[in-house]
Amino acid sequence: MILSLILVPAAAGVAAFLIRSSLLLRVLLAAVGLFHIIFTAKAWLIRPQPALGGWLAADAPGLIFLSLVSVLFLAAAVYGAGYLKGEPSGERMDFEEGDLFSNAPEARFVGCLLFFLATMTAACLSRHFGLFWVATEATTLSSAPLIFFHRHHRSLEATWKYLLICSVGIALALLGNSFLAAAGPGLPMDLDGLLAQAARLNRTWLKGAFLLFLIGYGTKMGLAPLHTWLPDAHSESPSLVSALLSGALLNCSFLGILRLQQVLSAAGEAAFGQELLVIFGLMSMGVAAAFVQGQGDYKRMLAYSSVEHMGVLALGVGLGSAGAFGAMLHAVNHSVIKAMLFLVAGNILSVYKTKSALEVRGALRILPLSGALWLAGLLAISGSPPFGAFLSEFVILKAALDQGQILVAVFYLIFLAMVFVGMATTVLGMALGDASRSPHKEGWSRTFPPAILAACSLLLGIHIPEPLRAALKTTAHVVLQQGG
Amino acid sequence: MSVPSLVHMAIAMITAPLIFGIINRTKSLFGGREGPPLLQQYFDIAKLLQKGTVYSRTTSWVFRAGPVIGLACVLIALALLPLGPLPALCSFPGDFIVMIGLLAVMRFFTMLAAIDAGSSFEGMGASREATFSALAEPALFLCFAAISQKAASLSLSDMFLRHSGDATHGSAPAPALLAVALFVVFLAENARIPVDDPNTHLELTMIHEVMALDYGGPDLAFIFYASALKLWILGALVVNVVLSGIESAWAVLAGLFFLAIIVGAVESTMARLKLLRVPQLLIGAGALAMLTLIVAMG
Amino acid sequence: MSSWIELAVLFLILSNFALLGASRVTTLIQVAAGQGILLGLLPLLAHAKQGNLRLIAVALIAGLLKGVIFPVMLGRALREANIRREVEPFVGYSLSLILGVFALACSFWIASRLPATALFLSRKALPAAFSTILTGFFMIVARRKALTQVLGYLVLENGIYLFSISLGQKIPFAVELGVLLDVFVAVFVMGIAMFHINREFDHLDVGQLSALKD
Repeated sequence: MILSLILVPAAAGVAAFLIRSSLLLRVLLAAVGLFHIIFTAKAWLIRPQPALGGWLAADAPGLIFLSLVSVLFLAAAVYGAGYLKGEPSGERMDFEEGDLFSNAPEARFVGCLLFFLATMTAACLSRHFGLFWVATEATTLSSAPLIFFHRHHRSLEATWKYLLICSVGIALALLGNSFLAAAGPGLPMDLDGLLAQAARLNRTWLKGAFLLFLIGYGTKMGLAPLHTWLPDAHSESPSLVSALLSGALLNCSFLGILRLQQVLSAAGEAAFGQELLVIFGLMSMGVAAAFVQGQGDYKRMLAYSSVEHMGVLALGVGLGSAGAFGAMLHAVNHSVIKAMLFLVAGNILSVYKTKSALEVRGALRILPLSGALWLAGLLAISGSPPFGAFLSEFVILKAALDQGQILVAVFYLIFLAMVFVGMATTVLGMALGDASRSPHKEGWSRTFPPAILAACSLLLGIHIPEPLRAALKTTAHVVLQQGG
Repeated sequence: MSVPSLVHMAIAMITAPLIFGIINRTKSLFGGREGPPLLQQYFDIAKLLQKGTVYSRTTSWVFRAGPVIGLACVLIALALLPLGPLPALCSFPGDFIVMIGLLAVMRFFTMLAAIDAGSSFEGMGASREATFSALAEPALFLCFAAISQKAASLSLSDMFLRHSGDATHGSAPAPALLAVALFVVFLAENARIPVDDPNTHLELTMIHEVMALDYGGPDLAFIFYASALKLWILGALVVNVVLSGIESAWAVLAGLFFLAIIVGAVESTMARLKLLRVPQLLIGAGALAMLTLIVAMG
Repeated sequence: MSSWIELAVLFLILSNFALLGASRVTTLIQVAAGQGILLGLLPLLAHAKQGNLRLIAVALIAGLLKGVIFPVMLGRALREANIRREVEPFVGYSLSLILGVFALACSFWIASRLPATALFLSRKALPAAFSTILTGFFMIVARRKALTQVLGYLVLENGIYLFSISLGQKIPFAVELGVLLDVFVAVFVMGIAMFHINREFDHLDVGQLSALKD
């Protein structure tokens, strides 16, 4: 059951490389997405048996992130059908530099997407630190070709930076694994084994391991100042890939940090990890708040917003159990909204043929549905009621105040406000204003997925389903459960 | 002050110029020539000592003092040098610092004298000498530090004696690294290939020779003799490290002559390095010495 | 046996200096290959008596990958790219070497600060691992070519591998193979990316990859 969640997308990925018909490829993509979401939903109802001797199991945090991967992948797959149809084959002009470029073969794109799904699933489900590392590095490798779908200078540069910075960062996490092994010589490296023996772990090695995890997986997660690859990769990759990178992949890396925080807490050293998370969290928010101001490229703006929200996640976990609940809820909200925003950005990009926010005017008139979603997305991502992000950001704020961390709360609010102002200026300018062209007819496959995601975000703001609430609570509890 | 030490000192003072003869003979053999007699350096020095000197009117007392101070420094340094089982004439904790200091004073006055001559070529030589010795000296220091760390002693005689007793069960590669580092320093300090070419009198390629361009007569003889002694001192250090553990003074002496043959072989088979690559070589030697030091501490 | 291990570890440290001071890309590839082979041999030296089949298999695969396959791949990339064979560093060779010495001293300091643990190879293996990791980092940051950056990544991996074997860590076979597979695919994908960089820009100079910034 668990294995099939990983193996089926992987097998489909291999098959995709052999398929010539582009129609078949798009059907395959959607079918695998559908299969994945059905099996994930089933896992919510009946927790599946662990596989590989307990190395792969669907625990609460894993299941939450797995569901996000699954939902976003299906949305991206449906969106992708319309997107790939709109992509011309053969050489064409690059609208930014005027050079000729062509797309990578579609089979390669779809195959890598499916591998990407398989590796992200493996990362979400693995409870063994070695296996988690293998899966996370594999996500980097399978997603790098996706960024290089449009084969021009800038996407190549983004791919190279992504590949190198993330690989080097993750290599540090591998060193962290070795530190963890040194902390408890002879202990198994799976989560249960380490939690059971947490009191016996050597504190210095364990702290070193956490530091390396934070730097290593933090690079992949986009925590400042290790985020430098993120805006480039997100702005240059096709929009559905950006949606998956931002909404699903960043969470997977965060899971690595969460898992070690769990061990750290069990060893009675939770405060060490939490302080670091607060520092990195606020730093990421601050950097993002600075770079969002006057950001001329709207996809880069969304990327910096991701950096900001990853900072919110780290900060939330740093603020104790209530904050961790808020952070997990925020992870869900952020993934849904950010994926939606990237998909809409793709629609805007394909009509206006520019990524400069200054040259996009009157999106509401030309693209009525996408324009409306774009505006709604702004409200949702900046934490306005009644969207879900309002609730989660409020929970984190309350956690900070309850802890008496007034300074943290003040900075948190300042950065949130700065990001709101920065994004609102850009987004409003794009949505409003007079348009010189006639309205554009949008295909359903490119508006339906973002619309559904927006609806999800709205629903989450009004009511959190009971199973999800329980899973969030469990996660917040286990991550910071003190022991030893 | 023991008799063997005095004998060592006497041997060094008598045989040092012979080392030059051996190097030159080796080079000639490699080049297929017969070459100068082994004792050529003695003849040169004797000839120069009989001549008078001419000083340029632009020079001051610094120019005249240079060779004398240089020779004096190197003679005192020789008194601090142990050779194999023979202890130094005088030895005290920290004498290796004095030895490096004496070599530095010698170099300092040679450079000052070169600048005093007022010729642009000599100034250039002095500047290069300053650059390279600034890199060679730390390497030498690190070498000594490594040896003294290993032998847990601060005086040269003790260092080499105890070092030799230790070598049987110490980690094998460390002395080899040290010997390589010292050998590079030895080549650089004595202005041999690949750092400097002692044969050319092209001002653009040489460092040490160019600083002696304006000397003649007894002054030049002093310079020749001082550089022969310096070669002896640094060579003895290399040989001491390589042959540590050997009790016979004759073997060490033979090692010194063998070193001269190696130098000759190196000079015949290698080209001089580009000036820009020389610092790299010296830093590499320093890195090796540092590594040995760390290994000795660890 | 232990003196052989000492010698191998010392050679690893020396190879780091060679990587910092070498001016030709081919030399870099050869030195990295030598490092890989040494790393493949180290566990064999340490375990010669026990003859654990699983361990020997992993060591052989790792040595083969790091010592033979990667260098051959990178050597081919170098030939195909037909680029200038000089390293063209951002930071000069001499300064690199000085920094290398400094990094080595730091490595020994860090290793001395870490709590004692059951060490498997020699006491110098941990500092050697740290200095290899730092050398890899330095090569990624301070060298101009995409190829040297990949080499830096490999050297970094070598350091981490040395770290893990010097702890005598009992990693499950599957995970160890997975890690090696990941590194292999990483180098492979980087090789493809280098091919494209060379085709698009006619060189492998990452200093020119600077269109994307804020």
